[in-house]
Order: sequence, then C-alpha cells, then structure tokens
Amino acid sequence: MLKKKRYILLAIVAVVAFVLVNLPASTASRLRLAIGSQFLPFFGLARFSQDVAGSTADLALSKSELIRQNELLRRENEQLKAVALQANQFAQENARLSQQVGWQAKMPWRMKAAHVVLRDPANWWSTVQIDVGSQQGIEPNMPVMAIDGLVGRITAVGLTRSQVVLIGDPNCRVAAYVENEARDNGVTGDSSPLERELVELNYLGRNAVIKPGHRVLTSNMGGNYPSGIPVGVIVDARQVDYGLSTEARVKLFAKLGSLEEVWVITQWSR
Amino acid sequence: MGHHPMVTMNPLNTFLILLTAFVVVFVQSASGRLLGTQLDLLPALMVYATLTTGIPTVAALALCGGLWLDSLSANPLGISVLPLAAIGFVLSLRRDLLLGEQSFAQFVLGLMASFAAPTATLLMMLTAGKNPLTGWGTWWQIAIMMLAGGIATPLFFKFFGALAKTFKYQELSSPSFRPDREIRRGRN
Repeated sequence: MLKKKRYILLAIVAVVAFVLVNLPASTASRLRLAIGSQFLPFFGLARFSQDVAGSTADLALSKSELIRQNELLRRENEQLKAVALQANQFAQENARLSQQVGWQAKMPWRMKAAHVVLRDPANWWSTVQIDVGSQQGIEPNMPVMAIDGLVGRITAVGLTRSQVVLIGDPNCRVAAYVENEARDNGVTGDSSPLERELVELNYLGRNAVIKPGHRVLTSNMGGNYPSGIPVGVIVDARQVDYGLSTEARVKLFAKLGSLEEVWVITQWSR
Repeated sequence: MGHHPMVTMNPLNTFLILLTAFVVVFVQSASGRLLGTQLDLLPALMVYATLTTGIPTVAALALCGGLWLDSLSANPLGISVLPLAAIGFVLSLRRDLLLGEQSFAQFVLGLMASFAAPTATLLMMLTAGKNPLTGWGTWWQIAIMMLAGGIATPLFFKFFGALAKTFKYQELSSPSFRPDREIRRGRN
C-alpha cells in the first residue's frame, strides 16, 4: 500500500514538473514572477542588512578620515562641474552643426538607478535580480550598465523587480567594436563557468588587427544597446575556423562578481 | 534501528522543512559565490526529509523547493523539481537499510545527492536544447557543491533534532521500580 502511494506521488510530481517545463514562455514567465514574489519581504530584508552593514562601516571611520574624504569629493565635484560645462558647450555646438547639416539630433540617455538584490542560484546561468520593475518604467531588453561599463540587459520584468541577464551568459550577445584603426566589429560570446569577467569576442574579420589593451565598446548594431558603452579590454586574440575569422578574449570593465549598484538605460537615440 | 525524534509525520514538521527550504533558496541567492561556486543545499535538505519524514513531505519539498529555486534563476521553470523528487524517492525505497543516524552516512548521502541533483538538472537542460554555461569549471563547481551538501546534511539533522527537542514533549523515562518484582522481606 505504502509503495503504491509512493509511486502515485512520484507520478503526480513528474506530471506537474513536465507540465511546468512545457508551459508557453509567457505563461511560464508570469508564473515565475508570481512564485518569485513570495520572496518580496526578504528583498527588503536583504536591502536593510546591506544598509546596516554600510552604516556600521561608516561608524568605524574616524572624523579626520571623513573630513579628508569630504575634501577629496569637493575637489572632484568642482573638476566634474568644469568638465560638464565644457561638454555642454560641445553638445550645443554639435546640435547646431547637426541642424545645419540636417542630421537627426541625438537624445541624451535617460537612466534609472537600481540595486542588485539577488544572484542566480544556478551555476550555469549568469543573471541577477534588481529592485526596479514595471512600476519604475522598466521594460524587457533595456540595457543595464555599471559605473565601469556594460553589465547586460533586462530579460524579465515584474512590478517591483527585474531580471538582468549578464554579459557572458549564453542568452546575452552584444554587438561590439574594437577601438583600433579599422573599428572591427564582433559579437560577445560566453564566459567560462569560473571566470565570469572574461568573455569571448567572436566573428571578427580574419585580417583584424587586434592587440591586447585595445578597448571594446558597444556598436549599436542590432539596436539593442546605445553605441559607445565601454565593454572591456582585449586580453588576447587568435585565428579560428581555419583562419577564416578571429576570436578575442575580453576582460570586462564591470565587476560582475561584486555588482551592487547598476543603471538601467530607459531611453536613448537608436 | 532507532527512530529519529522527528520521524513521525506531522504538519508542523513539514512546515518547518518547507520554511527551511524557502530560507535556504533565498540565502544561497543573496550570498556571493564560494570558490567560484553558487552552493545548493536543497539536495542535503531532501536527504534529511527522506530519512525522517513521509513521502508527502518529500513530494512537497521537491515541488516547492524546485519551483522556488527556478523562480529566482534562469532555469526553465520546474526543471529542478524532478531531480529532487528522484533523489527523495530513490532514498525512500531503501530508507530502512540506510544508517540514517550515523553522521558519516549522512555526509555520504548528502555528497551523493549534491552530485546527482545538479548533474541531472544539467543533463535535462541539455536534452531540452537549452544552452547552459558549462565547461571544465563545471566539474569544479559540482565538486564544491558536493562537499558543501555533504557537510550540510549532518548539520540539518542536528538543527532539526534541536528543534524537535525544543518543540516536542520529552518522553518520560520509565522508572526501574516495578511492584511485581518487589522483593518482600521478613516473615509472612
């Protein structure tokens, strides 16, 4: 009797799992968000614990250290103000010239700040959850960046949280160019399971002159990312496919392993 | 074989196991990687649940734990349910033969379960045509997961054992004195 009950329960669990795995993508996505929303109270708790850790670290700083840091920030702020003033003049000049030539004026990026609250619990994906969602105007496929460089793009959006697929994940491909004379274009590929901040750059031309130290930036080919977001720096390159193309390894600028704050680019000129 | 304090099925027991699974899934997502590996302690919890509770609890843990894990991951929803359920059901078939109260046996079972769960999930995903991030580093990650699962299993037994002692009435030890065995002295 007990054995029969055991097999019946196993069959029920198997059927439920089979049905869930084969759900249509949109239904599965909604169900995933509904189940994940059970963790909502914990998101607040995680944020609170991060804040407490931060404020505890602040308490440990001496007053003289705080004054020194404040002075440094004040100087940096003044320098940045001067740079911004100069950039504003360039932007005005650029807009005036573009109008004279008849080019479409470029819209500045609009960004939304977000905190990383959770990481993918599986080792074979590279995703994170952030604490902004459709309520804050987030939509699928919006690019996400950190202060150092590109991070990835939004894949799923809930009311108050979103899932970001990171660069190097098999589901995140980014069209990028190398900052060399020819501006060779390629597409980022997978990272290795252990070194998440080292990704491949594939489909470069066979005659591409790629050297270690060259910077890699987004190219806006495909229209998913604005042009010019720093991606990383070339580590090495080699010929693949019997010399038909070149493949390079890129060390990402963004520290994917220790992401805390990111920006979602909500608007830009395509 | 003796019985574990929590071997009897009750709703509180099931609730505590599911609550632990919920917290475990959240904590392993909120914490960073250990030696380049995201740990998974659900197989270790499944070993505990199988050896100390009934089949309905095992099924509930496989369903809820698997779904919670997949909801925070890019895994196809529901793919982690079957490996967890399979571990539970295979262990429950031989439960009476397993030395469930020995810490070393718990460690070995946790080790084996923590190898089987990620390997089966990966194989299922590859069979389903998904393209997970795998390479030689995956073996390293599985080894770390096995070790963590092995260590966590006896700890789960100790944790739930302590909980059972806290929340359940302690059994009264029967006194050695029995009236029918009393030696009557003196003359009658």
